[in-house]
Amino acid sequence: MSRFDDAAYNFAYLDEQTKRMIRRALLKAVAIPGYQVPFASREMPMPYGWGTGGIQVTAAVIGPDDVLKVIDQGSDDTTNAVSIRKFFAKTTNVKTTEDTEKASLIQIRHRVPETPLKEGQILVYQVPIPEPLRFLEPRETETRKMHALEEYGLMHVKLYEDISRHGDIATTYAYPVMVGERYVMDPSPTPKFDNPKMNQMPALQLFGAGREKRIYAIPPYTEVKSLDFEDYPFTIQKWEEACALCGETESFLDEVILDDHGGRMFVCSDTHFCKTRREQGHTGVQSPDFDRTSQEAIEQ
Amino acid sequence: MTPTPLLNVDSLTVRYGARIGCQDVCFDLYPGEVLGVVGESGSGKSTLLNAVSGQLAPDSGKVLYKTRLNEPSNIYAMTGPDGRILMRTDWAFVHQNPRDGLRMSVSAGANIGERLMGVGWRHYGEIRTAGLNWLEKVEIDEDRVDDLPSTFSGGMLQRLQIARNLVSKPRLVFMDEPTGGLDVSVQARLLDLLRGLVADLGLSVMIVTHDLAVARLLSHRLMVMQGGRVVESGLTDQVLDDPQHPYSQLLVSSILQV
Repeated sequence: MSRFDDAAYNFAYLDEQTKRMIRRALLKAVAIPGYQVPFASREMPMPYGWGTGGIQVTAAVIGPDDVLKVIDQGSDDTTNAVSIRKFFAKTTNVKTTEDTEKASLIQIRHRVPETPLKEGQILVYQVPIPEPLRFLEPRETETRKMHALEEYGLMHVKLYEDISRHGDIATTYAYPVMVGERYVMDPSPTPKFDNPKMNQMPALQLFGAGREKRIYAIPPYTEVKSLDFEDYPFTIQKWEEACALCGETESFLDEVILDDHGGRMFVCSDTHFCKTRREQGHTGVQSPDFDRTSQEAIEQ
Repeated sequence: MTPTPLLNVDSLTVRYGARIGCQDVCFDLYPGEVLGVVGESGSGKSTLLNAVSGQLAPDSGKVLYKTRLNEPSNIYAMTGPDGRILMRTDWAFVHQNPRDGLRMSVSAGANIGERLMGVGWRHYGEIRTAGLNWLEKVEIDEDRVDDLPSTFSGGMLQRLQIARNLVSKPRLVFMDEPTGGLDVSVQARLLDLLRGLVADLGLSVMIVTHDLAVARLLSHRLMVMQGGRVVESGLTDQVLDDPQHPYSQLLVSSILQV
């Protein structure tokens, strides 16, 4: 007997009726890219804000043959990722992996993997606040009307305000996007660095907001455009440093404080991506076997 | 040849349950005309304004508005998007309390730019220039463009609200006691400004006020309301200098003479 039978949980924790309800919402979400579909979000055995929306979506789409990867801030081994991975390992008995390429289902929080995703994969985002217009227009009745009538001038008011206060569009995460030239969508608190990856992605992207009871989706190969001004075009973050462990210059870097004398290093936030590169022999300034002479030769 | 009225209001009635908000109100508003509505508080002025501006559904009657492109059409029969686009572009509504009409959490420049962005402006520099121009028109220092409205005085807020509304070049402006809550000298300056803008831009205005001085300064024609009904209407000077209805006479005679 498999472990989940002993635990007396239904496959993937949720009961079948709930999963059907979520799948219906998912189908509608895929049919109307970027549109927020209300659903009867359930209480999950973890607090709101930890990914209750994401795990409900994952529970509704996961099958016995799936291979699951869970990341939090790009990392496979943070508390949130480990707990959710264990939760599904226990309630579904599916294989889990840290390898982005081998996973068929990837639940993420705050980062899209650096490794390009391919057809057949499903990406599940955990979303705290699904409504991009919320902070400018608190009334749900009004924001729904604005979505229905494509009244998105207000979203630019926020970007205008950024430029007038900070000299540039200072929104760095949850950067609003236009999906399929119709709905403005909050890409969840992923850094704007990941916005271009969402555009024309071969994988299916599903978004679940548990507390706010909304599901939305981007089907494969859909246009996702970050909003901007003609004279202030959308740009992504850039670092002057390379990853201190693998030497990568094109990935999203986390800053790690090393001591109290201003010591710091920058490392890839995607731990699996960084590990794969190190296994391939790439090194960074903090690697034990870092070859300084060759690095200097390259710089000269 | 008589010009087509911009707005044609036909036997408009609003009831609040058994009570009457306003009853059988009919009037025409012509392009470039300023119509004042006066009466004591509770006389149905604001109800009428809200109903005519489409914010309140009337129990009976209709309001025909001549849009830029089309023949006069009933505003209550307009579908959602048409009505909302009208409210954002061709019409403007100046609230008594500027905080109701402004977005208090974004800067003055963003407040003025909102309507422009709403109709598809996507060039920051142009939006900002339009904002600066309008600040100058309403006599607010240009260096306040990035300040939040909460740092503005009452008079400045009201002027900012006017700028925010007029930036989309509306043809019809509704005003609900625009000078209420301001002290007398600020009121005088605001009225001066309003009179100038209305004349320069050729706006049609429906202005509700209980202040007969405001009505005399701004409006060409006047309607006097009592208990939800229009009891007298005519040219402003005519109504104020030679009121016919007993209630109008009472209203005019109750102005304090200093």
